[in-house]
Amino acid sequence: MKDLVVSKLRIWDSRSGAALVEDSSFTVKAGKCLAIVGESGSGKSLTCRAIMRLNKAGLRQSGDIWLGDIKLTALTEKEIRRIRGTKLCLILQNGMRAFDPSSTIGSSVRETLAWHYGWSRSEMIGKMAKAMTAVKLDDYLRILNSYPHQLSGGMLQRMMIALAIVLEPEVVIADEPTTALDTVSQFEVLQQFALLRERLGCTMVFVSHDLGCVKKLADEVLIMKNGVIVEKGAASDIFHAPRHDYTRYLVTAKTSVNQHFRRLMGGDSFVFH
Amino acid sequence: MFSIDKVSMSYRSGVFFSGKRHSVLSDISFQWTPGECLGIIGESGSGKSTLGKLLLGIQKPDSGTILWNGKAVTDHKNRRGSISAVFQDYTSSINPFYTVEKALLEPLLHIGASGKPPYPVLDSLLEQVGLDSSCRGKYPHELSGGEAQRVCIARALSTKPQCILFDEAISSLDGSVQMQILELLKELSSTEKMGFIFITHDIGAAAYLCSRLIIMQDGTIREIVHTDQLKSVETSYAKKLLNSVIL
Repeated sequence: MKDLVVSKLRIWDSRSGAALVEDSSFTVKAGKCLAIVGESGSGKSLTCRAIMRLNKAGLRQSGDIWLGDIKLTALTEKEIRRIRGTKLCLILQNGMRAFDPSSTIGSSVRETLAWHYGWSRSEMIGKMAKAMTAVKLDDYLRILNSYPHQLSGGMLQRMMIALAIVLEPEVVIADEPTTALDTVSQFEVLQQFALLRERLGCTMVFVSHDLGCVKKLADEVLIMKNGVIVEKGAASDIFHAPRHDYTRYLVTAKTSVNQHFRRLMGGDSFVFH
Repeated sequence: MFSIDKVSMSYRSGVFFSGKRHSVLSDISFQWTPGECLGIIGESGSGKSTLGKLLLGIQKPDSGTILWNGKAVTDHKNRRGSISAVFQDYTSSINPFYTVEKALLEPLLHIGASGKPPYPVLDSLLEQVGLDSSCRGKYPHELSGGEAQRVCIARALSTKPQCILFDEAISSLDGSVQMQILELLKELSSTEKMGFIFITHDIGAAAYLCSRLIIMQDGTIREIVHTDQLKSVETSYAKKLLNSVIL
């Protein structure tokens, strides 16, 4: 396991020259989970994509990104393509757009696995079946044979996690994986993320604007606003003693809703049986 | 006053002419009284949004009746100006070629306003939702998500309807903006005596705003519960749903 180090990352629009992310440096220790929190337009997703080098052609980036002793920013396009998937794995917000709509889930998955590992067909199905049972997609043959539109958002999200389990990456980057989901699937997907970390012991970058989810997963939190990191620190510090005004604002934004709900349910630790 | 009585709805599924139907709603009955804040919660695919469309009269149910003040809701004359809606996707809710002003005027013209646009009314509407009157000349793409959603709410308010239906109206907004909109709605319900039907999967928000919650699963109503008795829900599904709230 290796640390992921981002130093002096700057992303700008090549046409207008406007800086979108300014001088962003952070380190994710091996096996830890870093959450990037911020409102829409704060540059969270851009940072993630910069690590994968997947930003659109109109955007330029400078600065160094290291994964252990590999300098990701110095690799050629061909080399980074090998790294994506096997070492770095990106889980996206919208499952419907992450899979090819014109082919079945199974053939999308096969394509990915064949590219990275060149396994035989039966090997692939065996490994996928195991991973899919782990994320509670029990009827795996039916799911592999269906098209993305036939599955729910939560199922597609879990499918992406299953794929990540098979690929065994060193770093998993999750870009708003629970935002598009309803309460129940959000809860289930979040549980799967926790299990994924247990299984692979991988380093994780988790992007979200939902502080409830962040609280459940993250070891460290990084708060971004308008492309600048305003605060970073251990999750417990950020939630209990935020230093920056903006962090305080984010942390307290939904307290009245949450407190109201807690009061209705009669205290902090309600669980039905 | 809404009375919904034994409503069922199904969509055609499968290949053309196969005649196979997939049931989305079955045997839904409840009442909504003016001024009430009613929440409809459930997972995606539970038929919440279909129910919303039926309430708005955009679609007709296969069987059962939906009466708005005693008359059929499907006839647009019966509901004109008295029911409004705000949808989840704020980017596609406003005509991209319309300025904010024109978007706000649209429902007013529809209920028979004519002559010079009533600028003071528009300004006070914008002020009510916390926007500046300088927004009036802007186009939708110049607004942020929260601002666009507020314009949609202002537009829904413009005809002073009895009931506004919100279909996942805050789900795609940031946490802090969600909070501002919730506060706004709370204020509107107490000052304007306006009633809401609030369709969402965000149980925390629904419990914050609404006085009564309908819990739906697979197209049926599992339980109707008053928010202050949320603790004592009976069905196992409602319990599961409440347990999975992430605070």
